Amino acid sequence: MSSNKYYLNYLDELESEAIYVLREVWAQFQNPVILFSGGKDSIVITHLAKKAFYPSKIPFPLMHVDTGHNFPETIQFRDDIIKELGVNLIVGSVQESIDDGRVAEEKGKNATRNALQITTLLDAIEANKVDCAIGGGRRDEEKARAKERFFSHRDDFGQWDPKNQRPELWNIFNGKYFEGEHFRAFPISNWTEMDVWNYIKRENIAIPSLYFAHEREVVWRQDAWIPNSEFLVLEDHEEVVTKKIRFRTLGDITITGGIESEADTLAKIADEVAGMRQTERGNRSDDKRSESAMEDRKRQGYF
Amino acid sequence: MLDNNQLLRFTTAGSVDDGKSTLIGRLLYDSKSIFEDQLKAIENTSKKRGHEGVDLALFTDGLKDEREQGITIDVAYRYFTTPKRKFIIADTPGHIQYTRNMVTGASTANVATILIDARHGVIEQTKRHAFIASLLNIPHVIVCVNKMDLVDYSEEVFNDIVSQFEHISSKMLIKDVRFIPMSALIGDNVVNRSENMTWYQGSPMLNMLETMHISSDVNKVDARFPVQTVLRPQNDSHRDYRGYAGRVASGVLRVGDEITVMPSGFTSVIKAINLNDQELKEAFAPQSVSIQLEDDIDIGRGDMIVRSNNKPEATQDIEVMLCWLNNTGAKPRTKYTIKHTSNDQKAMIKDVVYKIDIESLNRVEGDDSLNMNDIAKVKLRTTKPLMVDSYRENRFTGSIILVDDATNETVAAGMIV
Repeated sequence: MSSNKYYLNYLDELESEAIYVLREVWAQFQNPVILFSGGKDSIVITHLAKKAFYPSKIPFPLMHVDTGHNFPETIQFRDDIIKELGVNLIVGSVQESIDDGRVAEEKGKNATRNALQITTLLDAIEANKVDCAIGGGRRDEEKARAKERFFSHRDDFGQWDPKNQRPELWNIFNGKYFEGEHFRAFPISNWTEMDVWNYIKRENIAIPSLYFAHEREVVWRQDAWIPNSEFLVLEDHEEVVTKKIRFRTLGDITITGGIESEADTLAKIADEVAGMRQTERGNRSDDKRSESAMEDRKRQGYF
Repeated sequence: MLDNNQLLRFTTAGSVDDGKSTLIGRLLYDSKSIFEDQLKAIENTSKKRGHEGVDLALFTDGLKDEREQGITIDVAYRYFTTPKRKFIIADTPGHIQYTRNMVTGASTANVATILIDARHGVIEQTKRHAFIASLLNIPHVIVCVNKMDLVDYSEEVFNDIVSQFEHISSKMLIKDVRFIPMSALIGDNVVNRSENMTWYQGSPMLNMLETMHISSDVNKVDARFPVQTVLRPQNDSHRDYRGYAGRVASGVLRVGDEITVMPSGFTSVIKAINLNDQELKEAFAPQSVSIQLEDDIDIGRGDMIVRSNNKPEATQDIEVMLCWLNNTGAKPRTKYTIKHTSNDQKAMIKDVVYKIDIESLNRVEGDDSLNMNDIAKVKLRTTKPLMVDSYRENRFTGSIILVDDATNETVAAGMIV
């Protein structure tokens, strides 16, 4: 960079902001964790944390809320990254929450374990005395998320009160809390899906193979290609076909829909995303339940 | 998108009646930032509510309560990108009871857009929005004279509003003001140039946002580096490493610079600047880096590294323009936590010098109460010195918040005079 050009490009500025937030979390909380799903946003958070504390190790563990309905590739990726970074992994298991009677499996045609994660997440936060859970949520994802703070307060029931949020000015973050309460922190609040992909491409960050175009057995359901798996209950009219697809987001295998794609490199994915005419959560059936599906879940303590 | 594209943050203040939501919807729609599934959802809602065509204002619909009441309660952030820049919109409500939200949205903005209804001209609300832009020292202001279609695209009406605005803003500190006649509803001069107002020689709004010079918005003169945390890796390859992690608040720091650590006053020289495994020769605002010094001195969170020949003022007595943000008013003789850069101290409100009547913008003396949305000049006394600059000079070392220890809520935001 030449000396008369003291400005950052947008990706450097977003990176710098996220690193600042991660360091504030570390400085203001006793026991933070990174919520790690194996999806691209939590991978980017982990990468940013590596940069924020280099040459120290990432000073907090990763926490995975495991629905039990996983893509095997995601679990493999998670275990590899833990080993590479030398950090601890905390797993909150939805299956255990079900077995312990904390939650009951949803019934009906579109039953998922999506909402059940809330209890498991809050239990894991309490059991591990976590006072700040760092997430990869972005404000561009959804209208409830557009109102999120970088430092977002949760009451002692883990609930979010969107109407009573602490004002957040300049870059001064207030992470003060009372016993039993906790915070969520969102370092990449200001990133869009496109920014995430451009950053992954620029930094050459490893991501699960599921994001690249590959052949897979799928079923057409709710306007998306849902992967065939042992957890999928087929309807009479549904037919399993093989398609070349990739995933734009990764979640529970039963609700994460793929798109038909030929994009098998980061450059091709970035190009494809740039030309997309649908939002990424458009393929997530968890958000299609109602106009305020995300807001309702977030109020209860969702990611 | 090109690698040297910048990020521009702007705030919109206005009410539904000014066409604020329509303007944002128009910007997003005409810049092709709306996705098909979003558009479909909006079409359905428009139909359900009996609107004719697509109501662009619905793109900015928010939380359940906001949809029901048809207002914006909180700041909502929205994003769009053009081939020239990435944009962040802080979309804030415009009514007087949401002053605190406008202040919040304005705190990080490069540009304030102020909406004026061409039929009504400059009104009380316009004055208030201009005042907040000036108080928060937003570097650029774009005055959007909207609904020009309802005044027959009259140049005379536009010119009249321009001089009205210049009259009220002459008493304020606004550095760069631009005016655009537009119709957000029809799309004149938002993204596309208006064919109805050929008399207007300036740029449409998007082009203005894409090209205005914002590199100088950040203070590049006074080097200030508040230390967030200290990095001391306990591994073999970095046995003696001690890095001070932080984000450059302003100015430029270079390897070899003579520095002073505030408030201790110890001096040293910058040995290295790192970002991840990269070695940098210099770091400038707003980069997040870590700094190593030649000498082993005691430095921790709350300290500030500055160049020895350019120091901030260390003081326990500060005068601030304070905006009260909380339902509970200020309590006399109460110690609040004051947060300033990475430093937390206690502070007491010693004196309310004057309050601003937010309707007339006149000063009101002899009223010590501070309630929600009040803006006042106050004197604070802190338990230990803060290293401060004036807010006019430096947004990040010139700003503070107050936290009520009884509730842990952020109750006030202040700009150091």
